[in-house]
Amino acid sequence: MPHWKNAIIVGASSGIGAALAKALTADGTQVALVARGRDKLAALAASLNEAASEMLAWVYPHDVTEIATVPALFAEITHDLGGLDLIIYAAGTMPRIGPDEYYTDKDAGMIAANFTGAVAWLNEAARRFEKAGAGTIVGISSVAGDRGRRGAPVYGATKAALNTYLESLRNRIERRGAFVVTVKPGPVDTPMTQGLKMPGMISAERAAAEILLAAKEKVRVAYVPARWRPIMAVIRAIPAPIFKWLNI
Amino acid sequence: MAEHLNNQTNIPLPEERLENVEGWGMSSTAVSYVYRPVNCDGIQEAFDAARHSGRSVGLRGAGRSYGDASLNAENVTLDLTRMRRILKWDPETGVIRVETGVSIQQLWQYTIEDGWWPHVVSGTMFPTLGGAAAMNIHGKNNWKAGPIGDHILAFDILLPSGELKHCSRTGNSELFHAAIGGFGMLGVITELTLQLKKVHSGLLKVEAIGVRNFQDLFDLFESRLPVSDYLVGWIDCFASGDALGRGQVHQANYLEPGEDTHPVQSLRVEHQELPDSLFGVVPKSVMWRLMKPFVNDSGMQAINFAKSLSASTISHGQTHTQSHAGFAFLLDYVPNWKHAYKPGGLIQYQSFVPKESAQAVFSEQLKLAQSYGVVPYLGVFKRHRPDNFLMTHAVDGYSLALDFAVTPEKKGALLSLTAEMDRLVLEAEGRFYFAKDSALHRSSALEALGRERISKFLALKQECDPENILQTNLYRRLFAE
Repeated sequence: MPHWKNAIIVGASSGIGAALAKALTADGTQVALVARGRDKLAALAASLNEAASEMLAWVYPHDVTEIATVPALFAEITHDLGGLDLIIYAAGTMPRIGPDEYYTDKDAGMIAANFTGAVAWLNEAARRFEKAGAGTIVGISSVAGDRGRRGAPVYGATKAALNTYLESLRNRIERRGAFVVTVKPGPVDTPMTQGLKMPGMISAERAAAEILLAAKEKVRVAYVPARWRPIMAVIRAIPAPIFKWLNI
Repeated sequence: MAEHLNNQTNIPLPEERLENVEGWGMSSTAVSYVYRPVNCDGIQEAFDAARHSGRSVGLRGAGRSYGDASLNAENVTLDLTRMRRILKWDPETGVIRVETGVSIQQLWQYTIEDGWWPHVVSGTMFPTLGGAAAMNIHGKNNWKAGPIGDHILAFDILLPSGELKHCSRTGNSELFHAAIGGFGMLGVITELTLQLKKVHSGLLKVEAIGVRNFQDLFDLFESRLPVSDYLVGWIDCFASGDALGRGQVHQANYLEPGEDTHPVQSLRVEHQELPDSLFGVVPKSVMWRLMKPFVNDSGMQAINFAKSLSASTISHGQTHTQSHAGFAFLLDYVPNWKHAYKPGGLIQYQSFVPKESAQAVFSEQLKLAQSYGVVPYLGVFKRHRPDNFLMTHAVDGYSLALDFAVTPEKKGALLSLTAEMDRLVLEAEGRFYFAKDSALHRSSALEALGRERISKFLALKQECDPENILQTNLYRRLFAE
C-alpha cells in the first residue's frame, strides 16, 4: 500500500525532484511529473514506469514562470490522476552570481522560478486540501533562506520568502487536517550545484528519502540531513554585526 | 468539428463547487464538483457543465453506501437529496409517488398513520428512495419480501441525453429491471411509484434467541423462516472453536388485525420515534464519544462477549413488542456512531452465498479474519432469495455482513483478507453488493455476476448513455474499460 496514492512533483526532471519521483513510484504512488523539457521528462517517466512495471509516472511539460497556465494544468492533472494527496514544489534555479554582481534579470528569473511559481502551484493545492481536510504540501526551500549571506542575496531571499509563505499556508490549512512541510536541505549533489565545492554534500537520493520520511512523520520544518538543524541554529544565533564579518 | 468539440470540453467547472465527499464508512473519500439540483432542469444543467469540462457525472443520494458507490473523484457529483417532494399518496391502496431524494424516513413517517409501512427497509432510515432503488436494497425480510425493487411499480428515468423514460414491468421492462440495482449507471431516476404494505399495528412481536455456534444459527434460521416476517442474526466474531458463529437471532412478526387493541395510538409517528437519550440521561448526540474508547480489539471483544452472554442467558427466549422503526432501524439508535471509528473509518464486507455452502464459507471467513488478527467488530446474518433484476446481488442463500475498522497498521492485512474471503465466496458461486463494497477486484466482480450479465448491462449502458458520462469510482474500479 503506497503511503500517498497521487502526487504532483513540480520540478521533477532532475536533481531532488527526479529522486523524489523515483522514490514515490517505487512505493506505488502515481506521480505527475511537471517540468520544462518534454523529452527529458518522457525519458524519466519511461524509466520509472519500467522499474515499477506499471504506469505510475505521467508527463506534464510546463514552465513554472508561466503562472497563468497553472490553474488549468492543476485541474487537468488532478482529473487525470483521479485525486491528489501530495504536492512537492522542487523547482528552483541558482545561477552563479559573482561577489560584486548585481544583475536584476538573473534575480527576477530566480524569484519567478523559486518563489512565484511555488505560490502559483501551492495556492491551488492549499485551496483543495483545505476543502478536502487532507493532503500534504512539501516545499523544497534551503538552509540558504535562514540568513542573508553575502554570496547569494536573491537566492537566499527567495528561500526566505518561501519559508514565510509555507508557514502561512500551514497556519491556514493545518487546522483543517492538511499538512505543510518546509524542507531545508543543505548542499545536495544535483545539476544545480554542479561544479561547486560545498561542505557536507549528500546525494539527491538520500535527500529524497529523508524528505519523504519527514513528510510521513509530519515534521513541519525538516533540515536535510538533520545535522543542519543544530548548525543553522548556531548560524541564526550569530549577531548581525559579527555575521557580516564572517564569510559563511 | 474536432476543434469545436475541443473548445467545448475546456470550460472549467466552478472551483467553489469543489467539496470533499465521503462514502458512509469514511474510509473512501473524493474531492468532487457537487451539484444539488431541485428538478430535471437542474440535472440537465449539471450534465451540460460536466460535458463542457470533459468530466463525468456520478449520482449520489444520502451517501449511505459504505464504499465508493456514490463517489466520483475529480468529476461531477449530482447530489439528489433536494428532490424530496412526496407527489401523490393514496391511503386506500397504499401506492405512493415520490421524488428520488425522498428518504425512507420521510416515507414511513408520511404513511404510517394511515396504516402503511414500506415492504422493504434498510437498517437505517436515511437512504433516499432513488439510492435504495439504484442499489436495490434489502431488509431483514429478503427471503420473504424480496428486494425493494419488487415493490417499485414504476419510475421515471432521465437519460443523459435529456430523454425522460417511464419504466415499469410492462413498459420499458428491460430498463426497469436493469436500472433497479444498476447503481446509477443508466440514468437518473427522478420519480418512483411504490406499493406499501398494510399493517394493523405500529408494533411487531419480537423474540430474541441465543445461538451457541454456526450450526445452531443455521438450524434456528431453517426452523424459524417459515413462521417469521423478519429474521436477523447477530454474530460475535471474536468467538472461536466450538463457539464459532455464536450470537443472537431476532425474529419479528406483524400483529394480526385485532391483536393490537390501540392501533391508532401505536401507528402514531411519535410512538415510533427512537429514544433520544440513553437511560433517559445521556443525550444520544454524544453517545458515539462514549463508544469511542471501546472501538478497538479488546473493547469490542469485551462488548461482544457481554452481549453473547446476555443473549444465551437473560435475554434468551424473551419476547416483547417493539415499534416498526425501533426494530428496523437499529443502526440509527446512536447517531453518528460511525464517528467512533475515526480517523480511519470502517468498511463493511458483505457476501451472499448459496445455502448449500454458506455455513462452510462463513465459518472459513471468520477463521481467516481471526488468523489475520483483523476481527470484525460486528457480524450480521440474513436469509435471501434470488430476484429478477439484472445486476442482482441476491442468491438463494445467506449473507454475512462484517464491519471492519480501517487503521493504517491493519489496512494491508485487511485488503489481503478481503481478497481471500472473495475467493471463498466465488468458489461457492456467491455474490457481492455494491452498496457495501469497497475492496472488490474487477476480475471478482466479473466472476460473481458472470460475463453474460455484465455484457448485457454494459450494452444497455451504451444505449442509454452513449457518451459514458455516468460514472463513479466504483464503476471505474470494477467495470470501465
